[in-house]
Order: sequence, then C-alpha cells, then structure tokens
Amino acid sequence: MIRLEKRPQPSRAFSLATPLLAVLATMVFGGLMFALLGKDPVTSIITIFWQPLFGEFAFYYRPQLLIKGAPLVLIAIGLSLGFKAGIWNIGAEGQYIMGALFGAGVGLAFYPLDSFIVFPLMVLGGAFGGWIWAMIPAMLKVKFGTNEILVSLMLVYVAEQFLASMSLGLMKNPEGFGFPGSRNLQQYESAFNADLIEGSGMHWGVVAALIAVIFAYVLLTKHRLGFAIRVTGEAPRAARFSGVNPTRLVLFCLGTSGLLAGLAGLFEVAGPAGQVTIDFNVGYGFTAIIVAFLGRLHPIGILLAGGLMALTYIGGDIAQSQLGLPAAAIQVFQGMLLFFLLAFDLLTNYRLRFGRTEVA
Amino acid sequence: MDLSAINPILFVAGFLVAATPLIFAAIGELVVEKSGVLNLGVEGMMITGAICGFAVAVETGSPLLGFAAAAAGGALLSLLFAFLTQIALANQVASGLALTLFGLGLSALLGQSYVGVKPPRLGDIDFGPLADIPVIGPIVFTHDVILYLGLALVAATWAVLKFTRAGLVLRAVGESHDAAHALGYHVKRIRTFAIMFGGACAGVGGAYISLIRVPQWTEGMTAGIGWIALALVVFASWKPGRLLLGAYLFGGITQLQLNLQGAGVAIPVEYLAMSPYLITIIVLVILSADKSAAPASLGRTFHASQ
Repeated sequence: MIRLEKRPQPSRAFSLATPLLAVLATMVFGGLMFALLGKDPVTSIITIFWQPLFGEFAFYYRPQLLIKGAPLVLIAIGLSLGFKAGIWNIGAEGQYIMGALFGAGVGLAFYPLDSFIVFPLMVLGGAFGGWIWAMIPAMLKVKFGTNEILVSLMLVYVAEQFLASMSLGLMKNPEGFGFPGSRNLQQYESAFNADLIEGSGMHWGVVAALIAVIFAYVLLTKHRLGFAIRVTGEAPRAARFSGVNPTRLVLFCLGTSGLLAGLAGLFEVAGPAGQVTIDFNVGYGFTAIIVAFLGRLHPIGILLAGGLMALTYIGGDIAQSQLGLPAAAIQVFQGMLLFFLLAFDLLTNYRLRFGRTEVA
Repeated sequence: MDLSAINPILFVAGFLVAATPLIFAAIGELVVEKSGVLNLGVEGMMITGAICGFAVAVETGSPLLGFAAAAAGGALLSLLFAFLTQIALANQVASGLALTLFGLGLSALLGQSYVGVKPPRLGDIDFGPLADIPVIGPIVFTHDVILYLGLALVAATWAVLKFTRAGLVLRAVGESHDAAHALGYHVKRIRTFAIMFGGACAGVGGAYISLIRVPQWTEGMTAGIGWIALALVVFASWKPGRLLLGAYLFGGITQLQLNLQGAGVAIPVEYLAMSPYLITIIVLVILSADKSAAPASLGRTFHASQ
C-alpha cells in the first residue's frame, strides 16, 4: 500500500529533478508512440534532439533555435508571473496576434518612409497591441469578477478572426496581385527585424527575451511586487493581510504577459515571418504554457525550457521531412511533456510512504 | 442583403442542431463541477471524441457505433485528467490545459487519414404524421436520435441531482469534500466517475459536430465550443434547466450569424464569426456578479490526511 504524506516544504531536489524526469518519460513514451506510427523510435528521438544541435546541418538549425525559442521564452516569462499568483492568462495566442497586427500596422502605415524611427515605433505598437488585448480580461476581472481564463481564451478566437479580416482586407498588399497577406516587411528595410549578426538568428526578439528573463528574475527575487506575486500564489489570505492589492496585481500580471506576448508577435511578424497572413500564428501562445510549467515558473528554468521546446519544433520539422513523422505527433509529444511534468510533480509536494496505513 | 432568404422554420430547426454539441459538453461539465472538480479539458475531450466517433463511424458504417466510440474516447482521455488531479494531486487548471493541448494534438494525429472522407449519415427518426404538423412538425420532429438523447440527458441529470441519493452524495462531495469524506464517502472514486461521465458527454458532443452538424473531419474543428461549454456552466449557475436555455441562446446566435453570412449582410464574414465568442464574454460579465451558486469545493484538491 502506498500512502502520500504532504511535505511541510516542497522538496527542492525534486523540484529540480521533475522536469528532467518528465523529459525522460516523454522520450520513452514518445518513442513508443513513434514506434506505433511505424518509425524507428531511437532514430526519431535522435533526429529530434540531436540532429538540430550536433548533426550535419546543425549550422543551419542552431540559429533556428534562437528564432523559435525567443517568442516562447518571451511569452512564457509573462505567463509565469500570473501563474505564480494564480492569475491564469491562457489567451497569449490572441495577444501575440494583436501585437503582431498593431506592430505591423504601424510599420505598414509608414511605408515607404525610410527612417530609423519606424522600427522602435513598431515595437511600441506591438507591445501596446498585446497589452490592450490582455487588459480586456484584466479589467473585466477587476471590475466585475469575470473569469479571466474564459475571457482571455475567447479573445484568441476573436483575434484570429481579426487577423483573417486584416490580412484579407485592410492590410492586404496593394501590389500583391490580389493574394491575401500584407507587404513583406523583410523587404522594407526600416521595419525589418533583421539578424543583428548576419545568419546568427539573433534578432531583437532574442534580445528582448533575454532582457525579460533578467527583468523577471530581479522582480521575483528583489522587488516587493515579486514578493506580492509569490505570497498571493502560496497563501492568498496572508497576502491580503500583508497589504497586497489584488486589483493592481491582476492588472500588472495580465498586462505584463500581454505586453510580452505582443512583443513576441511583433518581432515574429517583422522578422522570421515577414508578413501578416491568415495563418501567421503557429500556436506559440499555447506552447508557451507548457514552457512556463516545464521551467517551473522560474525565469532561468523558462529560458532552458524554451530552448528545449524550440528543439522539439525544429527536430520535429526534420523528422517530418526525413522520416515522414506527422507534424501532429510532435504536438502530442509536447502535450505529453506537460502531462508527465504534472504527474511527477507529486514527488515535489508529497512523500511516498510504503506500508500499511495505520489507524489514527 | 436579403433577409427573406432565411426560412424561420429551418432556422429554428437548425439552431436546435447547433446547440446539441454544447448541450452534451456542458451537461457533462456541469456534473464534473458539481462534484467539485474543474476540468478545463472539455475542448480536448470534445475534439478527441469528434475524431474517435468519426473514424469508427467511417470504418464500421454505423454512426451509432461512432457515437459509442466517441463516448469511450472522451471518457478514456478524461481518465488521464482523473489520474493527474485525483491520484497525482496536480493543479486542476494546469491539468485541464494539458488535456486540451494533448487532445488537440492527438486528434490531429488520429485524423490524418480521414480528411476529406464523408461519414455515413445518421437518419432522422420517423415520427410519422407528427412531422406533418405545420410549423411544429418540421422544427421538433425532424431530428436524429442523438439530439433527443441530449435533451433526455439534461432532464435525467436534473432529476438525478435533485431527487436521488446519488445526486445528493455528488453534491455533498462538491460542496465539502472533507465533510463527505468524514461521512465515509469515497471522494476520489465519486469524482473519478463524474470526470469520466463528463469525458463521455464531451466526446459525444464532439462527435455530433463531426458526424452530423458539419459533417466531415478537419483539424481543430471544435473551434472553441468546449470553452463556450465551460462558460455555459457558469452562465447556467450550475442548473441543468438554465443550461438548456443558454445552449439554445448560443446555438441561436451561431445559427443566426451563419444565416446572415449566407444572406450576404453588409457585415464582413470575420466580424460575424466573432460574435459567438464576444457574446460569451458579455454574458460572462453580466453573470459574474453572482458566484454563490458555485460548488464550494470547486477546483480544490482533496487529500485525505490534510
């Protein structure tokens, strides 16, 4: 008979070990799934985790790691602040889209002006777009007590429709021969979020992600607001007594995560994606939820988790072209990761006791 | 714009169909939440049910077997959630999100070879002369058996929760798991059954979309209906009767915006397509003032030795 005994304090060792255990378990069960799909499990896993880093064409894939990882880290950092405090923004995908639309909108409005001021204004536009979209659930929560989970999620679908409307209508390239999608920002020098070092994958989004990690780390460890976030999550009653203002906390957490998601969207649309198109968003906003949990809601952890998740995206693409592994298999793989993480987390908060249950 | 192109009788009959997936998903989630568990994985279970039902219906040629498979698929997936929240004592919000993300991926994987396939049709029940009654006949008596099953399920859930011992125990577990435990009820077992019931219902709701409402398979075809179902439970203040009303309201709006798209109203298609989501938000805002009806233990983890 196995019994669970709550630990007085969450175990630090297991807190660090569970993500690793979860990754291992995902590799095992993911490999099993690949075998069921008729692919060699070992080759598949090596293709996903090894090839992008150390394979023959690693020089091409390594920059991709930064390109795919940056938006994930940027969004996940924002989400983690709220998640820590029990404020659930799960509509980052919508904020990402709105950031991209606002930012690209600013850029397209200035076309073809050639000035250094265009890109910074686009960044502001992107941040504002994500922020304002997140302020909708935030304001509704503080004013009316509306559930932020449902509102932020509903707004994803609204944003997707908005994106479709924009790329087919207002933002459509007037010289695009009637094809949907905006002008390509990569060909508009003042608006292009180019690699800072040619071919390195290091664009402004990567810089922003690193700044966000540092900002979140300092906030959580050194600042009063970070303390308020942690207390609210761990002991809401104690937080109230210690003078935490829940309204401000909701506005800050949702606002910040929206702002960062908006930035991620802008950097993507002005850089790697280049264009506002109907299906420009690829679900980073949802994958970032996995990244945030996998990183244990800790800034450094999120940085590592973002890298790992970017690896599965790139490795998944390689496995798709080389082994014919379906794209959906990678999605399942990423979902599994969150499952195992949540399951193994039991060991962080509880101690397993073997033996008979004694009668109290 | 030509509003006369919208036939009111077909419109009403259509929104009864549009509301059915919501009714199934929401009544399942209502039971889950009544037991004190918040399962945010409805969308994931729905889409998994949609593909399980679709695949089995295509392979066997029997839509009813498809619906059975959808219920089984949804319940099976919900067991993962039950394991995470009841045994591994994980956070319910995170586990629900995990279920949705996983379900979306899994359904896409299972559904690869079913894109573009036409499923077998489930015929309407033959009510004989009843269907010939003017107005009422075509609206009420021209549907498939699953639609009526949904209505029966709502009535049965209402009756079970209100009048039976099992319903009372379920509500007790949801209101105060500690008290229910002290009385000797198996909180985790009861909750696991409730979660599985919710999964089965969500699965059937999903299959109703892929087999009857659309009917075909496309990735992510539930398009947020699972989330609207979650909102609907709040809207209904956890009462089956109001849930039915809410489902018809949303079904009506969905059907109306589709009809308006067809009638060529001067509003762009995208803005019409936004409307069900925006209206969900507005309804949530109006109703969020009153939370007194929520089960008191909703979303809290139960561990006996605490």
